[in-house]
Amino acid sequence: MSKSIKLRGGVVLLCLVLSMLVLMPTLFPNSTPNWLKKSFDPLHLGLDLQGGMHLVLRVDVDKAVESRVDGLVDQIEGELRDKDIIFKRVSRTGNDRLTVVVYDDEAGRQIDALMSDGVYADLEPLTLETQGGYIEKNFRYSTEAVSAIKDNAVKQALETLRNRIDQFGVSETVLQRQGSDRILVQLPGVKEPKRAVALLGKTALLEFKMVADNVDPQAVAGGALPPGTRLLYERMVDRKTGAVTQVPLVVYDKTVLTGDLVSDAQVRIDPRFNEPYVSIDFNAVGAKRFDQITAANIGQRMAIVLDDTVYSAPVIRERISGGSAQISGSFDEQEATDLAIVLRAGSLPAPVTILENRTVGPSLGLDSINQGILSVIIGSIAVVVAMAIYYNLAGLVANLALVLNLIFILALLSLFKASLTLPGIGGIVLTLGMAVDANVLIYERIREELRLGKTVRNALEAGYSKAFSTIMDANITTLIAALVLFQFGTGPVKGFAVTLSVGIVSSLFTAIFVSRVVFDFFLERYQVKRLSI
Amino acid sequence: MQIVKHDININFVGRRKLALIFSLLLVVAGLVSLIARGGPEYGIDFAGGTLIQVKFSEATRAADIKSALKGMHLKGLLVQKFEGDSQEFMLRLQDTSSELEGMAQQVGAHLEQAYGKGTVDIRRVEMVGPQVGKDLRKKGLMAILFAMIGVLICITIRFEFKFAVGAVFALAHDVLITLGAFSLFGKEIDLPIIAAFLAIIGYSLNDTIIVYDRIRENIGRHPKQSFDQTVNGSINETLSRTILTSGTTLLVVLALFLFGGGVIHNFAFAMLVGILIGTYSSILVASPVLLVWDDMKKRRNATAS
Repeated sequence: MSKSIKLRGGVVLLCLVLSMLVLMPTLFPNSTPNWLKKSFDPLHLGLDLQGGMHLVLRVDVDKAVESRVDGLVDQIEGELRDKDIIFKRVSRTGNDRLTVVVYDDEAGRQIDALMSDGVYADLEPLTLETQGGYIEKNFRYSTEAVSAIKDNAVKQALETLRNRIDQFGVSETVLQRQGSDRILVQLPGVKEPKRAVALLGKTALLEFKMVADNVDPQAVAGGALPPGTRLLYERMVDRKTGAVTQVPLVVYDKTVLTGDLVSDAQVRIDPRFNEPYVSIDFNAVGAKRFDQITAANIGQRMAIVLDDTVYSAPVIRERISGGSAQISGSFDEQEATDLAIVLRAGSLPAPVTILENRTVGPSLGLDSINQGILSVIIGSIAVVVAMAIYYNLAGLVANLALVLNLIFILALLSLFKASLTLPGIGGIVLTLGMAVDANVLIYERIREELRLGKTVRNALEAGYSKAFSTIMDANITTLIAALVLFQFGTGPVKGFAVTLSVGIVSSLFTAIFVSRVVFDFFLERYQVKRLSI
Repeated sequence: MQIVKHDININFVGRRKLALIFSLLLVVAGLVSLIARGGPEYGIDFAGGTLIQVKFSEATRAADIKSALKGMHLKGLLVQKFEGDSQEFMLRLQDTSSELEGMAQQVGAHLEQAYGKGTVDIRRVEMVGPQVGKDLRKKGLMAILFAMIGVLICITIRFEFKFAVGAVFALAHDVLITLGAFSLFGKEIDLPIIAAFLAIIGYSLNDTIIVYDRIRENIGRHPKQSFDQTVNGSINETLSRTILTSGTTLLVVLALFLFGGGVIHNFAFAMLVGILIGTYSSILVASPVLLVWDDMKKRRNATAS
């Protein structure tokens, strides 16, 4: 045998052996030695095949800017009081602006001096209006500051969501930022989609606010709220029937304590009603502040507010210095556990909404896999039979190339850690149909050359070399379409683009290189006089 | 075995008017249906909405499901059997919910109320917000456009510009007719369908280029022959290959269409139509367009000089 054939045959065998090694963990998960399992993961299945959840969330970044401005308003108010600067009011106006209203020029100058300070450097002074004896000074967050706040909010949301997912116990999760304000979450094989959505979507902003007991909630339900207060609803659960009712409650706007001072949250059982509640521990700063607040407000009611819903509003009977509090609200075990998780993981800097949700149950995924495999098998058999009938023995060579092609495609997908999706299986099926094209082109050329009276060897030579440029031209353009698809595609569609691209490259190798080696081998060994084609 | 005799010589080029009329008929039929229905029927990927696939433990009817959900006042509720199975249904609604208590859970709860606890299995939920749908629609259109531009450039480099014109014309023809077929059969355009369109572009191109390649080769071999004759001869010489490859590809796509399952059914349908049309167009559209373009240019040059 000539050196060239041995070398080329060796290359093909090496590729085959490597592919089989790569595919061992996928095809025979039980009989694969451990060292092999460690080096090669089994073929990764997309969410549509193994079941799971694909979510695109939008972080409401405008809300993050608003709450930052709200924070500044509180801070400025406090500082003005500390410095004895007389002012009428400080308030947020619009999304990223705030207004300070004072009575005279003197106070105006003091405000200017304060605002030029480092802490407020991001605020740009806007217009100054004098109206009916007041001076209204407007400030706005600079564009850079606003985009920094938005960017930070998304980063922080990503971090918080990661913490929550980690506690949810799903493996191989994907959490990715997409564009300016979107987050992609993929949870493969998640069993309780409803719970996952609830866990991820909850803002979990925990606030403690004092109840304005002097205001009758019924009277203000129409809208006339005293300044500095707001109307919230308390969630009441009837212990016997389980019915949930909303009871109006007026609280002071000012938040006395927030959830970011919480260091730990645990589920406990209340022995009185045999009902779970969440016990929270404050960190050192939080414990101190809680101590001060409870000391100053004995006899008053403090509302525990989670995402604008009041869970309870107990009366402060005595000063609490231990640094812990409890949230009770007739939760069931699951709700309490999840609440503890979100409180531990921290609140989201801004509310999130779900833009896209694709959930596939595991049973449907399994059906899809089986149907996909069935159509690959039936499709391959059909092609193999057609090729064998049409090209006789040469058809068998093409079929050998086809089978190797299938093995190589799967091995490459596994090697690249690409996910196999349902459209991906469609891509494989399509590639199998198109893969024989290169062989068909070559064989038709060989037939033409044979008709011209060339010898078998010369006809083969001419057929392969003349078909080569055609095959290349034709496949490169298909590859372009596949690459465009890859750029544009998401999820399953990307899977299709991947298998199509991999399939094209692999089929070029098997149809041109592998089949040629087989022909050359037989020519040399058996002195073929007539080609069965 | 041979399906097509090697010395076959069908006058394809001479029948280009007939082909033109046939193509026009297909395109117009599709366009009329598209206009009558007010544009392509977008699935939830592009229109936004919620898709819920439910399996019941016993056979039921679409009307019963609808009445079970009556209390929810769902907008644009469509109930369809999945793969003709009377236990499995696809519910499509226009509403989306960005809230925690998702639409699917509410639907599931209502169905369980009517059919009994544990008899309803929600197998798949897809919810796409209207904004995302709009984004995806734009992206899909861009992808098809970019693929065509890429092809135009690639063929101009490897061949000549006039070949690129013929190829892109054929591609637009294929995609338009497939789109029309979707409208005629009342099928929805979804994300995987865009993937199918791009695959059709790839496939039809593959076919067209093989004919073009032969034309280029034959121009060099028989420089004295008229362009018409060269083109026709090249189509005939590659005919056997065109039919065989289309045949094998159709076989596998047919396997996908028949056995691939309901989730991928429309995708396979698009491929089936696309490959049939793609094969036809690479024989009877791409090359004739090449000739028409060539004629026009020659005439313009003649009047200019």
